[in-house]
Amino acid sequence: MSAVWVSVIAIGAGTAALKAVGPVAVAGRRVPPRLLGLLAMLAPALLAALVIDEGFASGRSLVLDARVAGLAAGALAVALRAPIWAVVVAGGAATALVRLVS
Amino acid sequence: MGRGMRVAAPLVPAAAALGASFGVLARTAHVGAAAAVVMSATTFAGSAQVAAVSVLGAGGGVAAAVVAALLLNARYAPIGISIGGSFRGRFLRRLAEAQLVVDESWALSGGGTPEFDLGVFLGVGVALWVAWTGGTAVGALLGGVIGNPSSFGLDGAFAALFVALLGAQLRNRRAFAAAAGGALIAVVLTPVTPPGIPILAATAAALAGWRRA
Repeated sequence: MSAVWVSVIAIGAGTAALKAVGPVAVAGRRVPPRLLGLLAMLAPALLAALVIDEGFASGRSLVLDARVAGLAAGALAVALRAPIWAVVVAGGAATALVRLVS
Repeated sequence: MGRGMRVAAPLVPAAAALGASFGVLARTAHVGAAAAVVMSATTFAGSAQVAAVSVLGAGGGVAAAVVAALLLNARYAPIGISIGGSFRGRFLRRLAEAQLVVDESWALSGGGTPEFDLGVFLGVGVALWVAWTGGTAVGALLGGVIGNPSSFGLDGAFAALFVALLGAQLRNRRAFAAAAGGALIAVVLTPVTPPGIPILAATAAALAGWRRA
């Protein structure tokens, strides 16, 4: 089997296992309230890290490029209480525009 | 589930374009169209797939590609645990539904909060899976014709999406503390660890928000 297919199968199986840990092991159980409080904080922590990763990371470097315009336009749209699709469109359009003119 | 599909509708074109972008990348990295589509259907996790295909294209070998992808997907273990209690039914059903876990399906359905809605999660997940896998097929087969959609600002669109999802989460001081901690961990670790580790480590910032309660 080629290296590509070995990788496809190994990554697919490994990812399936990682995704399944919670839904398979925790399913239907009552989660203690204190733990729920902790898990509720997972969303802001992870999403903030994803903003850094999607907006500034390039491999192992942090860079300022056209994505900053997308972040700014997205933040402005959020501040104006725009619906989520408008935030996404604003982010993409601002980034593309900066790439076009630079 | 229908409600989830409506929630996901605005993201479907972006997810399809991102899938096409992955398909084009797979093509240039000499990963066949069949392998690219099977990978999108079974792994269903954008950044990990891009990382794996980039490593393979650069001649990095199977082990490096698998490790890079699984590090990037390690966050799906805590994400899955945060919504695990809401899953019902037989083992195989839960195993199948769990495969729809991605950042967007989790965040748009209230993942990690008491308002988590399994139906919305499944609807968003199915809609994005179809868009992502179909987009990959288009990109892998027609890559030479459509060019690379990433040059059209797709990365900026997804960065903005995460800003919107984060904004909806910042409901109190504890959430602000957790977000600040997560961002700080990502900034500090990105230059010094392999991709994937900063996002996984940022989950520890949940503790910061928790202890301030």
